[in-house]
Amino acid sequence: MKQYATDMRTALADTLIQLERDNDRILWLDSDLMASSGMNKFREAYPDKVINCGIQEANMFGVAAGLSEEGFVPFVHSFSAFASRRITDQIFMSGIYARQNVRIVGSDPGLSAGPNGGTHISLEDMGILRTLPGTMILDPCDPVQLKAVTAQSVDRKGIYYIRLMRKSKDQFYEEGTSFEIGRASILKEGGDLSVITCGTVCVREALKAAEILEKEHIHVRIVDMFTVKPLDREAVLKAAAETGAIITLENHNIYNGLGSAVAEVIAEEGIRIPFKRMGVPDSVGEVGTLDYLLCKFGMDGASVAKTAKELIEKKS
Amino acid sequence: MGVKYQNSDELQKFADRIRLHAIRSMHASKGGHVGGVLSLCELMAVLYGKVMEYDPENPRMEERDKVVLSKGHCGPVLYSALALSGFFPEEELLTLNQDGGHLPSHCDMNKTTGIDMTTGSLGQGASTAAGMALGKKMLGRKGMVYLILGDGELNEGQVWEAAMFAKQHRLDNLLVLVDWNHQQLDGYTEGICDMGNIENLFRAFGFGAVTVDGHSVEAVEKAIVQAAAEKDGIPKCIVLDTMKGKGWSVTEGKTGIHHIGITDEMMAEAEKEFAGKEL
Repeated sequence: MKQYATDMRTALADTLIQLERDNDRILWLDSDLMASSGMNKFREAYPDKVINCGIQEANMFGVAAGLSEEGFVPFVHSFSAFASRRITDQIFMSGIYARQNVRIVGSDPGLSAGPNGGTHISLEDMGILRTLPGTMILDPCDPVQLKAVTAQSVDRKGIYYIRLMRKSKDQFYEEGTSFEIGRASILKEGGDLSVITCGTVCVREALKAAEILEKEHIHVRIVDMFTVKPLDREAVLKAAAETGAIITLENHNIYNGLGSAVAEVIAEEGIRIPFKRMGVPDSVGEVGTLDYLLCKFGMDGASVAKTAKELIEKKS
Repeated sequence: MGVKYQNSDELQKFADRIRLHAIRSMHASKGGHVGGVLSLCELMAVLYGKVMEYDPENPRMEERDKVVLSKGHCGPVLYSALALSGFFPEEELLTLNQDGGHLPSHCDMNKTTGIDMTTGSLGQGASTAAGMALGKKMLGRKGMVYLILGDGELNEGQVWEAAMFAKQHRLDNLLVLVDWNHQQLDGYTEGICDMGNIENLFRAFGFGAVTVDGHSVEAVEKAIVQAAAEKDGIPKCIVLDTMKGKGWSVTEGKTGIHHIGITDEMMAEAEKEFAGKEL
């Protein structure tokens, strides 16, 4: 796996330092997790633009909403479990309902919080955010993509939720690749089946599955749906029409995340194709290494390859 | 700069006009959160009739004083003060809670001219007010942020998160006004979730705090003017000793008045009662 020069969190800090030069209203609010978020680098560059709120996520979000009302563009950070499920009502009322502009960064999403165990594993964050009206949900897979979508988000209004795999250096895209929020990116072409996925962990496993399948002359398309909401419906329809079978793979409960969003499109369009949602099957997480947890929940590359073959066999 | 009243008699009459219009407004929607609305009338009169900087012709003026009515269910008292201060016509107070209207029961900054922050989920206004106060400081903007909390609302943990934050960030442009009307929805606060001595609580959180008679416009004005003038890096709290349902014989001194219906007969009686005050 190609490795980027920095990990995701450093790429985010570098991006904010760059963005701050043109937009001095960008702020970083953290919840006593500066060392984890890697934003001490940003603080060194812009000490007045960082507010470390202490361990109080609900207040942090409310303060961000108040700062937004004064014209700032605040980013707030906590681990994804606490940046979503812990502060849902604050996101709703002080953020969405009051029409404020806040970017929520949820780090170590899904199973990547494995060493901290089930309390920290957020398998519902995207589902919660997806149900809240008007939100935008981004699950970027590598530093190149993260930098691009973060830069785009600051010029837009509303509530953004950005998943951050803090320590990953995995690089799937060439530096300078352009992305558009709301438009999926095709990571690999193929005509036998599409794996629609997002985020570092699952993009990595999807590519492993593709590699396994290539050896058997099965060519799958990898659709990187880094914007989970609003979903790129066209990319789903194209995948259905051109490959005839779809797997969704997400680092999340299979309910209410990427798989559900894709299923809604397929059902509403009356498309009859083999389709399978892969992810965590309505379960809580547990302590463990990422590899262990991926295997346990059947989300590893080998499991995806196996499922792909089963689906391809069902194609008429 | 809106309507301003010179002496306390005028200010008290303004408070009673706010009271009467709020009752009319809630009557138009067949009822409302009467108890907590009526305990705030004197505070509203002092804020909008005397101490605040605002411009109804330019309601989004950047350097205005701002109000966050965190006990958002008491919107009608704020709407009444806003209408009587020129933000929108008085007749519109009778559209409270109407389908498609712009006066919802709970405050909504995107629907009502003059509302500075959306509230309704208790405790959250404390944080948004702290954020607004910090934002004003960072930008060097003038103006206070007046945060109005209910005494029952103090049960919410988020209030105390915000209090710690305000102290840490030296938000002396944030003034907390606690409507200590002694009752929450289900009964007297001390029988449900007793907060003890509220003034001392805020002191313990690093605030300067005083308790005043919340139905004395002179006492409220004096306390606010003094607290707003002190630029010493210490956030301030004024505990307003009030009575839920104050100023209307139907509710004053009563329990079970958090939210009540208002019939046409009750409204007719209220009109007679307030006619005697020569407002």
